[in-house]
Amino acid sequence: MGRRVLITGLATFWGGLVAKAMERDPGVDVLIGLDTREPSVELERTEYVRTDENYSILSRIVQAARIDTIVHTFLIVDSTLMRARTMHEINVIGTMNLFAAASAPGSSVRDVVVKSSSYVYGSAKEDPVWFTEEAARSHPPRNRVERSLEAVEGYVRDFAEDNPHVNVTLLRFSNVLGPDISTPLSRLLELPAVPAILGFDPRLQFVHEDDVIRSILFVLERRLPGIYNVAGDGLLPWSEVASICGKRLAPVIPPFATTQSAMALKALGIEMPDEVLALLRFGRGIDNRRLKRAGFRYDYTSAGAIEAFIEALRLRSTVGVEPSYRYERDIEQFFRHSPAVVRDPDA
Amino acid sequence: MTPSDDDATAGTAEPVADDQLDDRVGEQLLEEDLLEAALAETLDNLRAVRTLAEETTALVPVPSPEPAEEPLDDPRRSDVDEWGRSEHMREIARRVYDPLYRRWFRAEWEGLEKIPAEGGALLVANHAAAIPSDAPVIMHGIETEVGRPVYGLADQLFRTLPLAGTMWARLGGVVAHPDNAYRLLREQRQLVLVFPEGSKGPAKHYSQRYRLRRFGRGGFIEIAMRAGVPIVPIAVVGAEESMPIVFKSTSLAKLIGLPYFPVTANQLVLGPVGGLLAYFPAKFRLRVLDPVVFDVPADQERYSRSRVMDESEHIREQIQAALFDMLRERRSVWFG
Repeated sequence: MGRRVLITGLATFWGGLVAKAMERDPGVDVLIGLDTREPSVELERTEYVRTDENYSILSRIVQAARIDTIVHTFLIVDSTLMRARTMHEINVIGTMNLFAAASAPGSSVRDVVVKSSSYVYGSAKEDPVWFTEEAARSHPPRNRVERSLEAVEGYVRDFAEDNPHVNVTLLRFSNVLGPDISTPLSRLLELPAVPAILGFDPRLQFVHEDDVIRSILFVLERRLPGIYNVAGDGLLPWSEVASICGKRLAPVIPPFATTQSAMALKALGIEMPDEVLALLRFGRGIDNRRLKRAGFRYDYTSAGAIEAFIEALRLRSTVGVEPSYRYERDIEQFFRHSPAVVRDPDA
Repeated sequence: MTPSDDDATAGTAEPVADDQLDDRVGEQLLEEDLLEAALAETLDNLRAVRTLAEETTALVPVPSPEPAEEPLDDPRRSDVDEWGRSEHMREIARRVYDPLYRRWFRAEWEGLEKIPAEGGALLVANHAAAIPSDAPVIMHGIETEVGRPVYGLADQLFRTLPLAGTMWARLGGVVAHPDNAYRLLREQRQLVLVFPEGSKGPAKHYSQRYRLRRFGRGGFIEIAMRAGVPIVPIAVVGAEESMPIVFKSTSLAKLIGLPYFPVTANQLVLGPVGGLLAYFPAKFRLRVLDPVVFDVPADQERYSRSRVMDESEHIREQIQAALFDMLRERRSVWFG
């Protein structure tokens, strides 16, 4: 019997891509995707279920569909996307309800993968150059992304402790770059000159979006329990990141009163939330060796991810963006459920 | 929930037992392999009786050899390493600093051959001068005369300074964090310089010169033990007189968030700003003492506190004795 998988955040960048990749896996029988919005990638057999952001109908779905695998990708780490309130609902309340449903009596859930971020480590002057999975942050989080991620990981830990029979994997991703994803950092690198804090040239690490998807599939396939950092090899100064992108650094942010200056830049449409400002001051490296020891092979280094990102950006600026997919409820329902559609390719 | 939790407990409990376990598992695997091979042979024979054609099909799947791993494309543009050090920047700094090292401080080494030519080692020295002049002299000296890079562990304060903090990192400065030191010493087998007195050394008044302060809480001993590297003590004479502190203000220091706020003799002579830029031309003498090797297993979570404090005190006494010895021989502050 194959896997019965539930993916949260189907309409997010990650949810859509993970669903797409899992559709190709013959070992997956059922794929159900939850989101508040319609999916933005074309999916063949994933069933889309619209929920409110804190999944009030979740336990019914888990029970009804006998879900055994949950891939929790619906965690917002880009604080520029929404108001603090909404992000809290999605990240903290959503995760809480998800795990409440997954740990209900008689639950069929056996595997849980959570996509967290290296933002949980923070970025401070007393931090080590490399964070291992065990490293604790040196200060309590002061911004909302890191605060909500910390709460989320708390729920993950509690769930893992209360449900020792469930295989729980927590992946902490470094700064993601790639041809398609848009993050606060990638948007800075798209500018004609790359903003920086005057006098600071911190070292940053990146991971290619393909390696992110591959690592999620990898831990699912191997059923690896525990926490894993996911990041490309190499730690690069921000100035070198700009130089790989063929751009100059613009040290437009003074070293003092950084937050206030960032607010002024926001009026110009350049958004740098606090967690990004901390990165641009002190940088962050995460030790990626545990996942490598488990057998995972990266396709890109940090520098390779930056190059892939900038090459795609150059192409896009020349030939434009491909028209994006639009979800049509009736058509999707027809393909999935109409008896007229021949589903078995061998028949 | 994490596998490493298990790793950690297993590792600290009995690292030897772990190895034995590995051996046993290996033996078992070997036995299984033999069994499987025997089974395959019998089956093959049976099939051979039935049909000759089938003889060629292997029953036991032969593990395909791992494809040789190709190094990933890594389009780096600079030579800044993971610690922030740039050999290119070091080279420029060496060129600029060399006249200061040779002509101004006229640094002279004794026992330089005791610095290991390879492998990790923790260099430990006394620390002095309002803006410490000893770290650049030691790093420059070892890089030019032994030909090995030196990473200098220092207070996280450096990391918060705009521009100067970046320069400090490019020139080999690393935040003194146990994880950083371990990785540098054990995994990358580098030379690492540390001043166990911390800021208490340079913060002391001129009247206290060459009197070593407390050696922190012995953290440097633990790091060397955990990394399984020797400690090489170095006694430095000259730094104290290059920028002596004649007056200290604790309240001013607190106000601006610095560990100490000095008025130096250099400032009295050259003015408040000029005094921060220029050292007095004190003659530098550096003596490398015998490396201290610890007979404890590396990679332990904790080491005996009393042992750590004893070793720390022992090294402190050795450097102190060497300093007094060198001062006895010194005829002039300026000419050595």
